[in-house]
Amino acid sequence: MRTRYSEDQQAVSEAFGELFARESTAEAVRAAEAGCGFDRGLWDKLALAGAPGMAAPATDGGGGASLVDLAVVVHEWGRRIASVPLVEHAVVARLLCTGAGRSAPDGLREAVVSGELVATLALRPAAAGGTARLVPAGAVADVVAGLRDGDLVLGRGEPPGQARPNTADLPLADRDLSDAVILATGGSARGAFDAALTEWKALMSVAYAGLATEVLAMGVAYVKQRHQFGVPVGSFQAVQHGLADAATRAEGARLLAFRAACAVDAANAGADRLASMALLFSAESARFASDRVLQYHGGYGYSAEYDVQLYYRRAAAWLLQLGEPASEIARLSDAEFGPKVGAA
Amino acid sequence: MDFRLPAQAEAFRAEVQEFLAEHLTAEMIAATRDGTIHSPGLHRAIADRGWLSGAVPAELGGGGMDPVELCVLLEELQLHQAPADALGVAVVTVSMILEHGNDFLRAEAVPRLLSGEALGCFGYSEPESGSDVAAARTRAVRDGDGWIINGSKMWTTLAHVADYVLLLTRTDPDVPKHRGLTFFVVPLDTPGIEIRPVATMGTERSNATFYDDVRLGDEWRLGEVNGGWDVMKTALKYERGIAGGQFPSPPVIEAAIDWARTARRADRPRPIDDDTVRHRLVQAMIDVEVCRSFAYHTAALASQGEMFGVEGSMTKLFASESYKKHCAWFLDMMGAEGLLTHDDPGAHMDGLIEEHFRHAPVTAIYGGTSEINRNLVAEGWLGLPRSRS
Ligand SMILES: Cc1cc2nc3c(=O)[nH]c(=O)nc-3n(C[C@H](O)[C@H](O)[C@H](O)COP(=O)(O)OP(=O)(O)OC[C@H]3O[C@@H](n4cnc5c(N)ncnc54)[C@H](O)[C@@H]3O)c2cc1C
Repeated sequence: MRTRYSEDQQAVSEAFGELFARESTAEAVRAAEAGCGFDRGLWDKLALAGAPGMAAPATDGGGGASLVDLAVVVHEWGRRIASVPLVEHAVVARLLCTGAGRSAPDGLREAVVSGELVATLALRPAAAGGTARLVPAGAVADVVAGLRDGDLVLGRGEPPGQARPNTADLPLADRDLSDAVILATGGSARGAFDAALTEWKALMSVAYAGLATEVLAMGVAYVKQRHQFGVPVGSFQAVQHGLADAATRAEGARLLAFRAACAVDAANAGADRLASMALLFSAESARFASDRVLQYHGGYGYSAEYDVQLYYRRAAAWLLQLGEPASEIARLSDAEFGPKVGAA
Repeated sequence: MDFRLPAQAEAFRAEVQEFLAEHLTAEMIAATRDGTIHSPGLHRAIADRGWLSGAVPAELGGGGMDPVELCVLLEELQLHQAPADALGVAVVTVSMILEHGNDFLRAEAVPRLLSGEALGCFGYSEPESGSDVAAARTRAVRDGDGWIINGSKMWTTLAHVADYVLLLTRTDPDVPKHRGLTFFVVPLDTPGIEIRPVATMGTERSNATFYDDVRLGDEWRLGEVNGGWDVMKTALKYERGIAGGQFPSPPVIEAAIDWARTARRADRPRPIDDDTVRHRLVQAMIDVEVCRSFAYHTAALASQGEMFGVEGSMTKLFASESYKKHCAWFLDMMGAEGLLTHDDPGAHMDGLIEEHFRHAPVTAIYGGTSEINRNLVAEGWLGLPRSRS
């Protein structure tokens, strides 16, 4: 049992931490927001570093890393709220290398694993008619995996290059999956999709922990240098206690998120439950942290010029791509208590 | 990174569960309603099994049980609602004596504490000082070769069943508060000591203890004269290792699920089919997984020989605050029925939720209040300026 990074993981964390800090500056994030929410230059650098296929099997040209190793990178991605669909892409890369996913058309798997093509996962099944709505990275992805009428499908097509305007300027767009090829049907389709979704949840919970860590660091730096009444505002206990609560939840979120990723790697029976719980808790913690940090910036926190608003908006938006949190809680409660018996 | 408990720890968990099935009885749990969260039979059985001495750090000559296994032991004790408050007290007391004590104290108190024959208790808090523990005023004055102690302590829990009190005293009132403190191990049958019960809102009983010209030989002194703060710091260190308390909510959640499944309410769905109830149950289960993650993390750190600090404050802060919230949720869920105490034959599961509701607040107070823990997180984790003297 080891709850800190191994030496290798530490090195990976530092290398990618530097890369994201250098390439995904607040200016870069703002520039992506002004476009379609995608930073092509950063994506190419990540592809060069092997990140998109890092957790795909080596026999398929991937890095052969575990989900936890990938999570170490995703944590740094989350810290810098980088404008690339790393999590969706990595999950689809793994999907295409396992069971049902292996029937993907020739050359697609290699192109996704290398990052030459950008892939994403439609988190919610396509509507009747085959359109998947508000797909994460739908504006920029060349390849979209998802569920259509219970089948696991893979769509390949020109991305619209334009996002539907949204709270966090994420590259959300609708994608037509009516022509998408079928990779699997029935139970195996559902199983493969659910496995990918569980990985997405575990990784996004780690990303949220990264977001919370960084926004808290930003908040701490600010309250130490901002003076009112002749003292740093960070010396006021009300401010300290708000930040301490946020830090406690953020650390709890980080531990639960990595624990969930470990459970997925070990194919533990409860991995799906834990990933779902981790996602809900980390999202809530990241929201709480960004709320406290915005508050303790005073008016500047609300200004477009300061960076906390970038985090505040994403803290809300990342989870909502999946749907209402209440549905996720309902899914968990169905598993725990059985389906709800109709109300009187 | 690997959050999975080693197979050895899981095997140990099975051993603890077997032990509890054999030794922990419903009567023992019910007996704590007299306010004493201690069962002599269970305490002796734990000591006989070697888990008490096992929990004492190896570098002090204890069994040096792996911290991950110790964590599993504490987890199982709490999940089973075992009345084991005296275990942690004994381990800390022994550890402190082994680290700071003279030969006399080691020979006199350690074997009796380790066998479970004798119990210790903590005499830190006073009527006028709690969070500011270094402000203790109970006076110890030199008297020839020995000492005379006068003063009073508040919240000396377990004193009425204990044999020794670890007493924090003031030996020099004229220096800064942290530098005039001295610790003693005081036998509770020494003339001049009076123990009065303090009742609480929960079922727990504590004590006020009074020291009136208590005469003590110097051999009972623990650590240096005026070196009491150093001893106190090690007490806090050892307490962290055996703090437990990370799993207060699961029994409450289980009881809430049972009620939600079985309660019948006129013209309304079963509570378990009510969205608010389902959501709160799931939310509470998530909080438990957060607590578990914290607990395993601190245990793993200790197991790798890393001395953790603030992580312990975070764990306690989160566990106690979420426990309070859960108790309030599930009391509300039950409405008027939830108010019935175990004395009422119709109380659901002997009034378990109601009892936890009254117990919960103290967990955010004793062993360092939530505010003190937030201060520690703000200073030690976030590096914010100290906000108090
Ligand atoms: C049932 C029970 C059992 C106990 N058992 C023992 C025992 O066995 N041995 C023992 O020695 N003690 C014991 N205690 C005492 C316990 O440790 C103290 O109650 C606790 O440390 C708080 O001290 P206090 O009650 O004097 O509150 P105070 O210190 O007076 O605090 C009052 C309020 O002020 C807040 N506060 C204080 N200082 C600060 C600060 N710097 N910043 C922000 N807020 C602050 C506190 O958080 C609290 O909300 C027990 C207490 C209880 C209730």
